[in-house]
Amino acid sequence: MTQDTSSISSITILPGKTRDGSPEKFDALIIRPGDTLSIVGPTGSGKTALINDIEVFANCDTVTSRKILVNGVEPDEAMIRDPAKKPIAMITQNTKCLADLNVCDFLTMHMHSRRLIDDAVLEKTIAMANEFTGEKITGEMKMSELSGGQTRSLFIADAVVISDTPILLLDEIENAGIFKDRVIEILREDKKAIIFVTHDPYVALLTDKRIVMRNGAVQKILLPGDEEHKALEKIAAMDAAIFDLREKIRKGDLVTDVVGVIA
Amino acid sequence: MTVKIISVAGPPSAGKTSVIKQIIRALQPRRVAYLKIDVVAAFEDIELSREFSIPTKKVYSGDMCPDHMGIMVLRDAALWAEKEGAEYLLYESAGLCLRCTPYTVNSLGLCVISAISGTHAPLKMAPMISLADIAVVTKIDLVSQAEKEVFRERIREVAPAVDIIETNALQGSGLRYLMKRIEAMQAPSEKNDSLRGVPPLGVCTICIGKKDVGWQEHFGVIRPLASPESLYRGE
Repeated sequence: MTQDTSSISSITILPGKTRDGSPEKFDALIIRPGDTLSIVGPTGSGKTALINDIEVFANCDTVTSRKILVNGVEPDEAMIRDPAKKPIAMITQNTKCLADLNVCDFLTMHMHSRRLIDDAVLEKTIAMANEFTGEKITGEMKMSELSGGQTRSLFIADAVVISDTPILLLDEIENAGIFKDRVIEILREDKKAIIFVTHDPYVALLTDKRIVMRNGAVQKILLPGDEEHKALEKIAAMDAAIFDLREKIRKGDLVTDVVGVIA
Repeated sequence: MTVKIISVAGPPSAGKTSVIKQIIRALQPRRVAYLKIDVVAAFEDIELSREFSIPTKKVYSGDMCPDHMGIMVLRDAALWAEKEGAEYLLYESAGLCLRCTPYTVNSLGLCVISAISGTHAPLKMAPMISLADIAVVTKIDLVSQAEKEVFRERIREVAPAVDIIETNALQGSGLRYLMKRIEAMQAPSEKNDSLRGVPPLGVCTICIGKKDVGWQEHFGVIRPLASPESLYRGE
């Protein structure tokens, strides 16, 4: 029997090994709908390997020897193999879209492959993408002419609305020109689980759980709760200030003062 | 003959050799022999024998069609592989013609096709995919979720039954199901092997060296631009 992606209640990561071969120091990491996690750690610490394990449903057969369960059991083969049945969508740093189509045709092509023909879904996808970016996306724009931020916004909306995947993996999207807080907010409302690989303090503090990586393994799992609340407020202000600054520079303005940043 | 043959086809730069390397790696320490057919230049045989210390061979087809050359030499190659003590023979085609398919009845046929070759690519390579046992879709890490799904659907259109395996062949992700199929291979029971598909129509006047441009200069099977129907007999 095929497991239905809409009935995913949990994804469990079972520990593997560090690069030296010693066991990872956590029991099981359970991800549920609506959860937000960030994976942090120095370059080469194993962040991408961790989300790759999730993406391929590792079964002690990757370098890390981790194992991934869906609803507490090993996922069935169709779920692992067929991208359309997979409950996971990965949005990577790569924002190239190869299809030489406009936005409408691209999304329609995707809907067709899922036997889904509904103009409302198409409109909803574009509308959601526009929530994530300040640069307006229209259906007539060519995919190849979209900016990095627009493409990524559209890919996230596409994964949420058309693919309707319960879990999204976002690999280092910090410089993408998207509203990270809106993405987190909307996905949380939509009961999606979202996992960021990130170096961005704002994203790291916006998520509920922080997985710290070192030497190819999970070193610890932080559950900051309210402890970081004050810092988060400040970082939000700093992030907004940097955003304004970037906009100013883009417009060609002179930057004579920086507002909103704590000296 | 006891050697198990895996035929690997696919257009140039699809990642055939990367897939082959992952197969050899996963099969170790079992012995594998490798044969490459190419037109004027190939380096994979040297690369693979250096990396894995396995017996390798290459054949240049030169003026002959490389798939034609493959059909000619494959029986000898199987005997050679057997003499080398190999359990598997990996046979890599040049991957030039999208009409020919090098798969034989006794071999496991892999079609390697890159996810970045465009969403129409599976339709253009229909014979190469539809006669294969497995379509290995490479460079999957370079496309979006939507494109992944669309690509798979396009393959399904031309080959409803083919087994599809998406991979980043450089890292070997997703190949566990390919290895399952390879592990399940049996030594061929028949001594003689034959092609699965219908080869393209035989020799034309261009093939025999008549270089004049325009159908008016040729005879046999000729095609003007405004042809009433397609000559493709399909698979």
